Amino acid sequence: MATLTQRLLGSRGDLLALLLLAAVIFLVLPLTLDIFRLNLVGKYLTYAFVAVGLVLCWGYGGILSLGQGIFFGLGGYCMAMFLKLEASNPEATAIQSTPGIPDFMDWNQLTELPWFWVPFENFGFTLFAVLAVPTAFAFLIGLAMFKRRVSGVYFAIITQSIAAILTILIIGQQGLTGGVNGITDLRTLLGWDIRTDSAKYVLYFLNGALLIGCIMLGRYMLSSKVGKLLLALKDKEDRVRFSGYDVSNFKIFVFCVAAMFSAIGGAMFTLQVGFMSPSFIGIVPSIEMVIFAAVGGRMSLIGAVYGTLVVNYGKTVFSESYPEMWLFLMGALFIGVVMAFPNGLAGILKSDWLRKLFARPPLAAIDGGAAAAPAPANPARPDAGDDLPRRPAGAGR
Amino acid sequence: MFEGYTASELGAIFAMQGFSGLSLFCVFLLMALGLAIIFGQMQVINMAHGEFLTIGAYTTYMLSTLSEQYAPWFMDYYFFAAIALGFVIAFVVGWLVEFSMIRFLYKRPLDTLLATWGLSLVMQQTFRSTFGAREVSPTLPDWLLGSYQASEIIEIPINGMLVVGITAILTSAVFFLLFRSRWGLKVRATTQNRVMAGAAGINTARVDRNTFALGCGIAGVAGAVFTTIASTGPTSGSLYIVDTFLVVVFGGAASLFGTIASAFSIAQAQSILEFFLSGSMAKVITLTAVIGILMLRPEGLFSIRVRK
Repeated sequence: MATLTQRLLGSRGDLLALLLLAAVIFLVLPLTLDIFRLNLVGKYLTYAFVAVGLVLCWGYGGILSLGQGIFFGLGGYCMAMFLKLEASNPEATAIQSTPGIPDFMDWNQLTELPWFWVPFENFGFTLFAVLAVPTAFAFLIGLAMFKRRVSGVYFAIITQSIAAILTILIIGQQGLTGGVNGITDLRTLLGWDIRTDSAKYVLYFLNGALLIGCIMLGRYMLSSKVGKLLLALKDKEDRVRFSGYDVSNFKIFVFCVAAMFSAIGGAMFTLQVGFMSPSFIGIVPSIEMVIFAAVGGRMSLIGAVYGTLVVNYGKTVFSESYPEMWLFLMGALFIGVVMAFPNGLAGILKSDWLRKLFARPPLAAIDGGAAAAPAPANPARPDAGDDLPRRPAGAGR
Repeated sequence: MFEGYTASELGAIFAMQGFSGLSLFCVFLLMALGLAIIFGQMQVINMAHGEFLTIGAYTTYMLSTLSEQYAPWFMDYYFFAAIALGFVIAFVVGWLVEFSMIRFLYKRPLDTLLATWGLSLVMQQTFRSTFGAREVSPTLPDWLLGSYQASEIIEIPINGMLVVGITAILTSAVFFLLFRSRWGLKVRATTQNRVMAGAAGINTARVDRNTFALGCGIAGVAGAVFTTIASTGPTSGSLYIVDTFLVVVFGGAASLFGTIASAFSIAQAQSILEFFLSGSMAKVITLTAVIGILMLRPEGLFSIRVRK
């Protein structure tokens, strides 16, 4: 049995990849970007929490949830409710007809705080709720679905519908939730102004640390028995069931973990961006988060982070200069990744042809391979051209 | 919520909301028919199904604009030509999509879902670049306008009746195709046991392609009909896609009768609740109820019991 550190960090190659990611997040990006761009990267990294969760539940568990925005949003809303209550103290809202309640409630003729807002005046409860509310919701969905053996595309469609329902509900209940604008105008966290540059730096690093923590936690999970079972039930669910495991419990567990990761991302999103709105919950954001994980590599926790960064960078660049092109590109990305690169960026890095490209050809290839090639470009230096066969002529296949 | 209405008023409300629910029912059913073939029979999730509906709708719009400009005498009849043309264009596009994408993904249903979502984004942007972001509507022929006065307080729009009629015709056509024709037999044989169907001499790849294309073609017809009750924008098809999938799943994927029943109950529940509550709450309550029932009966309302 591997030691705890080994299971958190993975093999030497995994450790290197993790260190590289940490170096990118904590050194390269902060040193090269100004605070506006860094804050933007911080926002993207909050989506990476969702993507990491999707690697666990979709890549390994085979459960495609098209409603991860639900949990991202719930986590974000829990945090936003606390910040909003702090921002709407009686002095700041003295001009309202009912001072002391959030402004949008006043606009909607509410005269007192709704009951479910009251506990969010407490910071400790808020932190608890950020993690507990989305996880409990995921547990309920998982319990209802997996115990009834709903899976595959049915699960995807139902989670998508739940995301749609939640969006409609939040937009419809404007007085209670802030409606389509969401909860805006957030200022301080326990008296600490989150809009200053220094606060943005602190939040960025906190966000990065939490993300690395989530990746390590995910890695720990995958190296344990749960990880093996997840893979097994993705490939042959019935066999796992016939071996005496209660498959649904494992599915519920991994779905809850993914939800909790998303919720942390949502809460960090609210803190860094300064608002939360239903546009981060619905069908479109939820499915975009799946593409982040798919581009990075659905089987790679670290790849998911890079995938998120790459897609969002592309989105920012293209929607600034060629807004029309972006949807074409995004659509092509969906199709291309699924059809040609099902394992995303990480899959390309690990693929055979790339490895062969960089690996030294064995001696046999220089002798036999060059002779077998129809027209060697330069027989004297057989490792020069990329078009030469790298496979040893006699070996393999 | 019923206080303050007399019994006859309530009756009239139910009748009129029931009729407006009927047109929602038709939209659901028209979209679900294509899906019932593609998803119900082939188990392919086509998230771009709404966009095939939009193809039909834009075809109608183009035909109406063309005949208004060049052949005013054709205005009375163009609608029927639009239905046929909408079918043909959507069928051809669907055939190409199956040939270039779907056939590689039959073994990976979740990936089909993602790839077709990408396709829907591309198609939406194509519509936006071609027709503009503004919603358009064709000029309807005169005989489609106006309404029929059934009683003093009940009024039924003519276009609504046309939609109901076409839905009925199309539904029975699909039923006969799938369950009474030679071709339907091949489709069902292929989905039930691909290897055996192939061994019996059925060209399964061709059956798949034609089945998918037919489902898309039906969506095209639905789109043409859709223009008589709502305007068309680049994303109008995708508005209904989630509801439609719920309709098909709720009814039981392989059952055409289940699809009809679930489209009817969802549409009526939503429409009648809408009168008493806000539109968004009506939708929330309806969809939540559907999901709740699905948790109790994951196979849908009408399904063949299979031990899993």
